[in-house]
Amino acid sequence: MTTDTGRAITPSNGAAIEVRGLTKRFGDRVAVNDVTFEVQRGEVFAFLGPNGSGKSTTIRMLCGILAPTEGTGTVLGYDIRTQQDRIKQHIGYMSQRFSLYEDLTVRENLEFYAGIYTVPRPLLAARVTELIAMAGLEGREGQLAAQLSGGWKQRLALGCAIVHRPPLLFLDEPTAGVDPVSRREFWTMIHGLAATGVTVFATTHYLDEAEHSNRVAMIDSGVLTAIATPADFKAHYLHGTLFSIRTPDILETLTLLQSRPETADVSLYGDAIHALMQTGDEATLRAALAAAGIEDATVEVIPPSLEDVFISLMKRS
Amino acid sequence: MNLGRLSAIIRKELIQVRRDHITLALVVGIPVVELLMFGYALNAVTDHIATVVFDQSGTASSRSFVSSFDNTGYFTVRRWTSTREEAMRAIDNGEAKVALIIPPDFGNDILGGRPATAQLIVDGSDPSVAQTAMFSGGLIAQVQSATVTVEALNRLGQTSNARGGIELRPVVLYNPRMLSVKFMVPALIGLVLQLQGVLLTALAVVRERERGTLEQLIVSPVRPGELMLGKILPNIGLCLASTVMTLVIARVLFDVPVVGSTIELLLLTLPFLFGTLGIGLAISVVARNQAQALQMTMFTLLPSILLSGFLFGREGMPQIFQWLSLAIPMTYYLEILRGVILKGVGIQVLWPQALALTVFAIVTLGVSVARFQKTVE
Repeated sequence: MTTDTGRAITPSNGAAIEVRGLTKRFGDRVAVNDVTFEVQRGEVFAFLGPNGSGKSTTIRMLCGILAPTEGTGTVLGYDIRTQQDRIKQHIGYMSQRFSLYEDLTVRENLEFYAGIYTVPRPLLAARVTELIAMAGLEGREGQLAAQLSGGWKQRLALGCAIVHRPPLLFLDEPTAGVDPVSRREFWTMIHGLAATGVTVFATTHYLDEAEHSNRVAMIDSGVLTAIATPADFKAHYLHGTLFSIRTPDILETLTLLQSRPETADVSLYGDAIHALMQTGDEATLRAALAAAGIEDATVEVIPPSLEDVFISLMKRS
Repeated sequence: MNLGRLSAIIRKELIQVRRDHITLALVVGIPVVELLMFGYALNAVTDHIATVVFDQSGTASSRSFVSSFDNTGYFTVRRWTSTREEAMRAIDNGEAKVALIIPPDFGNDILGGRPATAQLIVDGSDPSVAQTAMFSGGLIAQVQSATVTVEALNRLGQTSNARGGIELRPVVLYNPRMLSVKFMVPALIGLVLQLQGVLLTALAVVRERERGTLEQLIVSPVRPGELMLGKILPNIGLCLASTVMTLVIARVLFDVPVVGSTIELLLLTLPFLFGTLGIGLAISVVARNQAQALQMTMFTLLPSILLSGFLFGREGMPQIFQWLSLAIPMTYYLEILRGVILKGVGIQVLWPQALALTVFAIVTLGVSVARFQKTVE
């Protein structure tokens, strides 16, 4: 029985998460297929994929609550097949449901989770005060969780998830259903935690969230399709050049671009057209437009967003 | 088993119960309402029982006998009938609950010092009425057999050495077993306890499932056994408190005191409670939402009422149902309740029942913890 609740005593050189050939089958359905990756300590790692792509199944295997069908892995140096109890004691977990007890107060929620992670009594009061400050819930300690707004609930849920100071934090779509300001504040807190050495593993389908991560893994239908830093994704994973075109003749331009063989993707972004072209530069594109009678178009090469890369990768697979 | 985690769960459960007015109302309300309803419904109509009389004797002795029925307040003579059939019809159509039939030679028998016989026909469909009618009728007959006989003999100037008396022969229609308040109240305590225990526990887990907090607990170091025990122990406390409350109500309102030791009764209640809460846990593992849990709870109540001897004696059941009833904890707990409350016996006598309940508790708790562990995956 473990009672240590300070920072986990784990090998300091190893990766926070390391999985090889991780596979989970439910009957005939393969939910996660031969997934291999590593997450370094202190990294903010985003696990990106559409709904039903195997994100949650992977996170459940990493948390030690679902046994993999095949493959091996360690979390904080503990084996995900045999040392689930150790893993559970040392990780924090927060899901999109903000698993708070609505009929408990802010303080009682924190104290309850401190209790089940056996935070030593002498540390408890200071820890709770610190987390209430972190979540900006001063003065609301005695309020029932049910009375909090979405953003506050989310920050309280985060507080509950890290009440035992876990060196590794799992976030399962943590910002679903929260307003943009709260989302921004939430990620500021997450990056603050990461700065103190906490490893963060977050599943998400928000691309802007993934953009702020150190590394992004893309998963689709249980298969890991790519894994890189956001900058690498944008630099290397987009096959072609992205152009922004502004013109009064939007419809004609769209039709023209769609008909050209080197066009990989065309879409409207407000009053501009974004076109992904497999070959060519600004001059050749401008010439092509002029040849079709579209004269006063402004054409420029723009850096792709992660969303452009993500959509392009998804379309290819 | 980690005591820190266990006590965190227990503390949380107690806070939740305190805040949850519906559960609190359930804990206090169910026993009070059920006891009052059952108890008083059984009790309230037990005096002024509507009575018809078919007096074939028509003598001073028979009239005196009839008026003694009227005078006690337990019976109210509605009318005299001129045939036996008329009296029976009055019971059939609900006009009367009781018919007192006095044979033609009643007066002569008393005067002659021979045992006189009267018949008391009782509508057994209302157990409390039937019971009161039987007991008070029997009592009246006993007292009257002395006075009526003495009066009659005095009138004839004879000394009272005759061994006559009145024999009242009761015939109970419809419900010959005659469940009494005394018989019912202990059983009600058991029923209330089971309803409460199963429901509280089932809801406690299902609620966590509905709100998503169960998912959070599963990812935490909390073990299934700790979670289950943390849910059960506060409920054991609540249920014991409610047992004490029902015992007090039984004593104050229904005059059914615990003849045996209350402490022993509570001790013997423990294995029943653990088994009952085990059923609640089993339900909570299967039920997806609170409505389902509620329905399943109601379902478990039926066999407990029908097969345990709560309403119908087990002796009279077909063999297969007697065997089935052995798998129902209420069967044993009723024997414990009636044994301690009515007969005043204790653990020395009731240990086999307690043992059976303990086995049941271990099995249900073991199965539900194992099943819970599986549903987690």
